Amino acid sequence: MSVTDVPEKKPFSVGAMWRDKKARGIIMQIAAVIAVLIFIGWIVANTVSNIKNLGIEVGFDFLWTTASYDINQSLIDYNATDTHFRAAVVGLLNTLLVAVCGVIAATILGFSAGVARLSNNFVISKLMQAYVEAVRNIPVLLQILLWYTVILHSLPKVKQSVAIIEGVIPTNRGLYLPQPLPQEGFGWVWIVLIVALIGAFFFKRYAKKVLDQSGKQLPAFWVGLAMIIGLPLLTYYVIGQPLEVSMPVLKGFNFKGGFALKPEFLALWLALSIYTGAFIAEIVRAGIMAVSHGQSEAAHALGIKPNLTMRLVVIPQAMRVIIPPLISQYLNLTKNSSLAIAIGYMDIVATLGGISLNQSGRAIESMSIILLVYLTISLVVSGIMNVYNERVKLVER
Amino acid sequence: MKKLLPLALGIAALATGSIASAGTLDDVRSNDVLKCGVSTGLAGFATPDDTGEWQGLDVDTCRAIAAAVLGDAKKVEFVPLTSKVRFEVLKSGEIDVLSRVTTWTLTRDVGLGLNFAGVNYYDGQGFMVSKDLGVSSAKELDGASVCVQTGTTTELNLSEYFRLNGMTYEPVPVETSTEGRAAYSAGRCDVYTTDASALAAQRTGLTNPGNYVILPEIISKEPLGPVVRHGDDQWFDIVKWSHNAMLNAEELGVTAANAVERSKDANNPAVQKLLGTADAGLGKQLGLSEDWALNIITQVGNYGESFERNVGVKTPLGLERGMNGLWNDGKTGIQYAPPIK
Repeated sequence: MSVTDVPEKKPFSVGAMWRDKKARGIIMQIAAVIAVLIFIGWIVANTVSNIKNLGIEVGFDFLWTTASYDINQSLIDYNATDTHFRAAVVGLLNTLLVAVCGVIAATILGFSAGVARLSNNFVISKLMQAYVEAVRNIPVLLQILLWYTVILHSLPKVKQSVAIIEGVIPTNRGLYLPQPLPQEGFGWVWIVLIVALIGAFFFKRYAKKVLDQSGKQLPAFWVGLAMIIGLPLLTYYVIGQPLEVSMPVLKGFNFKGGFALKPEFLALWLALSIYTGAFIAEIVRAGIMAVSHGQSEAAHALGIKPNLTMRLVVIPQAMRVIIPPLISQYLNLTKNSSLAIAIGYMDIVATLGGISLNQSGRAIESMSIILLVYLTISLVVSGIMNVYNERVKLVER
Repeated sequence: MKKLLPLALGIAALATGSIASAGTLDDVRSNDVLKCGVSTGLAGFATPDDTGEWQGLDVDTCRAIAAAVLGDAKKVEFVPLTSKVRFEVLKSGEIDVLSRVTTWTLTRDVGLGLNFAGVNYYDGQGFMVSKDLGVSSAKELDGASVCVQTGTTTELNLSEYFRLNGMTYEPVPVETSTEGRAAYSAGRCDVYTTDASALAAQRTGLTNPGNYVILPEIISKEPLGPVVRHGDDQWFDIVKWSHNAMLNAEELGVTAANAVERSKDANNPAVQKLLGTADAGLGKQLGLSEDWALNIITQVGNYGESFERNVGVKTPLGLERGMNGLWNDGKTGIQYAPPIK
C-alpha cells in the first residue's frame, strides 16, 4: 500500500523549478539530448562539407553497378556480372552462416564442457578447466590464424588426397563431401517431414495430458523421433528414391562435383566455436552452481533418477542464470565473425567493406551499411533471446 | 583490427577535422618531412633493407619529392599501407603523397577525387605457377584455385579474363603479399596472380624461386604511379615534375655522379634549365628553389639509375626495362616525359 503525495501548490519561478529535484532532472536530460544531437549534427555536417570540398561523389547508387569480382563461397547464385548489392547479400549470408553454425557448435561444446567441469571425475574436470583457461585467454584473431595455418599445412594437398570414406575427402582446399541432388518428387519427402513434425508435437501434448491425468509416462521422445525420421524415410523409399548424389571427382586442378567446406570457413567456424564455447562453459558452470544443492537433494529424496534430476530440476532453474550472459556470448560470436577478413573468408566485411569499398571508394556508405547490418543482427538475436528468457525466468506468484 | 585503423582514422578525420584542400607544400615545409604512403613490403618497390632504410622504385619517387621540396632526400616518413586503406588515408590528409604501385584508372582518378601524377612503372597483370604443374599458358588454367590480393584492380581483370575465355576458377582472396605467399606455398592455390613486376618480387620471397614460372600472358594494362588529392594543383605539379625531372635527366644523360659537373656545362641549355643554372626561374614557378632538380638527381639519381638499382636485371627481381625504357631507346620503351623548359 503506497501513499500518494499531494504536492503543495507553489507559485511558478525558475529558481523553484531548479530546486525541484524532478524538474531539474528533466531539464538536465533535455540539455544532454540537445548536446548529443548538436554533436552528431556537427559531425555529419562537417563530413558532408569536407567530402564536397574534396569533390568526391556520395550516395548509394554504386550498390546497383556491376561488382565485377568473384566470390568463392556463396549460398545464392552469384557471378561477377551481378551488382555490388548482391555481392553484399552473399557476404551477409556467409556472415550469418558462420554465426549460426558457430552458435550451435559453441552451445553444444560449452554445455558439455560446463557440465563436464563439474564432474566428479578428476581427469575430466581438470581437462575441461585447462581447455577453458587456455582458450579464453588467447585473442580470437590468433586462434583463427592458428586454425587456418593448421588446416592448410596438416591436411593433404589436392593431388595427394585420399578419401576417408567414399566421397569424403579432406584436402587443404576444403573438406569435399558428396552433395545430394533432389530429383523430381522429392518434395513429398519434405511434406511428410512437416506432417511428422506436427504429429510429434501433438503426441507430446497428448503424452503430457496422460502424465498429468494418470501419472503414466509415455515414451514421447522416442515416438516423436521415430515419426520425424521414420515417416520421411519410408516415403522416400515408397516413391522410388528420388535423390542423386554428386560425388567429388578429381579433375584437372581441383575436385569437381560434390560440395566443399572451404578451409577459411572451417578455420573460422572452429576458432569461433572453441573460443566462445569456453566462455559458455563457464556460464553454464556458474548457472548450475547457482542452483541450491538442496534442490537436487530434495529430488533424490523423492526418488527421481539423477539424469531426470538434472533435466527437470537443476537445468530449468540454472537457465534463469545462464540465459542473459549467453545472449551476449552469441552476440560476441556474431561480431567476432568479422575477423574473417584476416583469412579471406568472404563475409560482409570482406565483400561490401572490402572489395566493393575498394572498387567504388565509398567508404562511409559501405561502413554505415555494415554498421546497420551488425546492429540489426545483434538486436534481433538479443530480442529472440529476451523472449526466451521471459519464458524461462522465475515466475513469482 | 590493426589494418582497419588507418581507415577509421581517415573517416574520423573526414568527420571531425577540416581537411586542407590546399597548402600541402606549406604543410610539408613546416613539418620538415614528407609523409609518403608506400607498400607494406614489396621487394624492389618499397621494402626496408637490413639496416631499416626503405628501398625501392616507389620509395625513390618519395625521396625525389623530398629532395625537390626540402632539399634532402632523407626527410621522408614512410607510411606502409595495405591496398585497402590507401585512398582513405590519402584523402584524409594523413599522407602527402601515395606512391604505392597504384594503377591509374578513370574511376580512381575522377570518382575518388585523386590525381595521378605520372607513371613510374608500366605494368601488366600476369600469372605465376609452379613448374610441377606443367602449365605453359594461362589458357590452360581452367578450374584452378587462384590466390589474388583483395581490394585491387587485379580481382576485376582476373574475373574478366576467365569469363571471356570461358574458364572457371576459385578465387582465394588474400590481404597482403606476405599472406598471399604463405597461402601459395602451403598449396592453398595453384596460381598466384598480380602485376608481373610484383610476381617477380613475390618469387624472390619463395623458398625455391627457380621452381616457379611467370606465364607469358599479360592480361591487363597497369600504369602505376604516384597519387595526390584533388584540389591542390601546386602540389600536383611538384609531384608530377619531380618524376618528370628524373626521366628528363636520364634522357639528357645526367646522372647522380655527373650532375654537378654537367650543371656548369654552358653549351647545353636543356641541361642547364633542368638543373637550375640557366636562371630561367623554373624552380620559382613551382614554388621551389632553383636547384630542386639538381637535388633530386644528386641524391636519388635519374630514372634509369633508380630502375637498375631497385628492379633491374642485376637485382633479385631481374626485370628488363621493356616498356619502361625511354621512348627513344629504339626498342619497346614508352617512358616519355614532357620537356623541362
